[in-house]
Amino acid sequence: MLEIKGAVKTFAKGTPNEHAALRGLNLTLADGEFVTVVGSNGAGKSTLFNAIAGTFWLDEGSITLGGRDITYLPEHTRAKTIGRVFQDPMKGTAPNMTIEENLALAYARAHRGPLGMAINKKESALFRERLSAYHMGLEDRMKTKVGLLSGGQRQVVTLLMCTLCTPELLLLDEHTAALDPATAERVMEITREIVAGNSITTLMVTHNISSALTTGKRTVMMDDGEIIFDVSGPEREKMTVEDLLKMYAGKRDKVFDNDRMLFEKK
Amino acid sequence: MSSVVVFGAIQQGFLYAILAFGIFISFRILNVPDLTTEGSFTFGLAVSAAVTAAGHPILGILAAIVAGALAGAVTGFLQTKLMIHPVLAGIITMSGLYSVNLAVLGSSNLALTSNMQTVFKLASGLGLSNEAARTGLSVLLCCLTLAIVIWFFRTHVGMCIRATGDNPDMVRASSINVHRMTTLGLCLSNALVAFSGGAVAQYQKFADISSGTGTLVVGLASVIIGEAIIGKRSVTVGFFSALLGAMIYRFIYTAAINYSPFPAYMLKLVSAIIVAIALAIPAFRHYAGQAKIRRGGGKNA
Repeated sequence: MLEIKGAVKTFAKGTPNEHAALRGLNLTLADGEFVTVVGSNGAGKSTLFNAIAGTFWLDEGSITLGGRDITYLPEHTRAKTIGRVFQDPMKGTAPNMTIEENLALAYARAHRGPLGMAINKKESALFRERLSAYHMGLEDRMKTKVGLLSGGQRQVVTLLMCTLCTPELLLLDEHTAALDPATAERVMEITREIVAGNSITTLMVTHNISSALTTGKRTVMMDDGEIIFDVSGPEREKMTVEDLLKMYAGKRDKVFDNDRMLFEKK
Repeated sequence: MSSVVVFGAIQQGFLYAILAFGIFISFRILNVPDLTTEGSFTFGLAVSAAVTAAGHPILGILAAIVAGALAGAVTGFLQTKLMIHPVLAGIITMSGLYSVNLAVLGSSNLALTSNMQTVFKLASGLGLSNEAARTGLSVLLCCLTLAIVIWFFRTHVGMCIRATGDNPDMVRASSINVHRMTTLGLCLSNALVAFSGGAVAQYQKFADISSGTGTLVVGLASVIIGEAIIGKRSVTVGFFSALLGAMIYRFIYTAAINYSPFPAYMLKLVSAIIVAIALAIPAFRHYAGQAKIRRGGGKNA
């Protein structure tokens, strides 16, 4: 279970560029809950993710995960229980290492001592089997350097790296945004399969409102460092993209400002 | 070349290959040009010579390795915990080591007299001729090191260090301590560099405070020459190509000293030019590509 209480983060404090990215945000995710996050440009979605992952510390507030206070834990310690896929496909994998090596790196940390061999046959077979489930032909390219793969393929490898050892929390930060529409849809399907298969508590930022409403069980909208609404259950099932935008305009008295998002709504 | 000169070049080639392995780790695997090298080579040389002069040649080699690892740890600490720019961190350690090295040597140079034991003499005590002992031990030290580094970079920690040099963001997100891995990599790199220095000190029976000048360029030249011949492939192949590069560099060096038209002191300048040209190859390719486009564009206009 993830619990964020009174999260405050201000950038460039005391300068003319001061920017309050989070203003006392509260958010609680139940075990196994899949929540999608939408919001206009600069709403604080990425700041929220960075704060949870530990890229920086919150100015105020606390974060607990699975009953443990992680507010002041360093990023790499949190990463033991938090998996993260970035928007940029370049960020999640080591380009000069093979698919197999990348997967082994993610897997071995939980399974052996530091001087154990990084790759063994049994695990290699496991990685192949897991990759073949996604029907992208990656299982036949285990010795290929990840830098030679397409963005979509790299995101699938990253997803698998994050979930080989089931994390307590999975953070997906617009992980399909840099992909072409067909690949994005395929990666989204794989995401749904992985999350549902392991019932991982997941927080996913997406710029695609229709997929935000159809993926997962709950949607929250962020604006100006706060959560302005939070829908789930039957209310969410009936909701259309139009409703969501109307709700936003009603709450904030301004037009929803996310160029990509408006472009993609149908 | 006379056979003595050729044997000398081969022996030194193997000893300096250990330096090239160290440079390969910092420059290619960690992706940082680590100037600590210049200081840690002399540090290894000085420590090894001082301990050997006190009558413990084997301990001298081990002490040199530990000394190098310490130097690497200092640079790692400056670079990670104190957030100093990697190149500056290396320069700081390097210049600090100058005083340390003087203190260890006791003066600006130290000669090991012929009645002192060295590891090479110990080896010839096993019933080998002098030349065979020097060659055999150089090959043994180098191959042992090669086997260890190849094994190490296939272990989990080794792979974490490789990934740290490749994509630190990903490593952090995979619950690996980037600071620890960077420091560990620098320790290993400088331990090898100092090992090389320590072995060279006993080989030439002489340690000089300025011996370290240009070692980074020598190591880089070895790595780059090796890559030019074998190509950039896996880490394992990389270490072998560093060995080949070190050997070729040593032969060029020996030829230049013995037969070249220019005096021996020009060699560092020649090395610097070789390294500069090799590192500039991507730029040359870029300009060649642009020139091609311009010519093609002229045709279509």
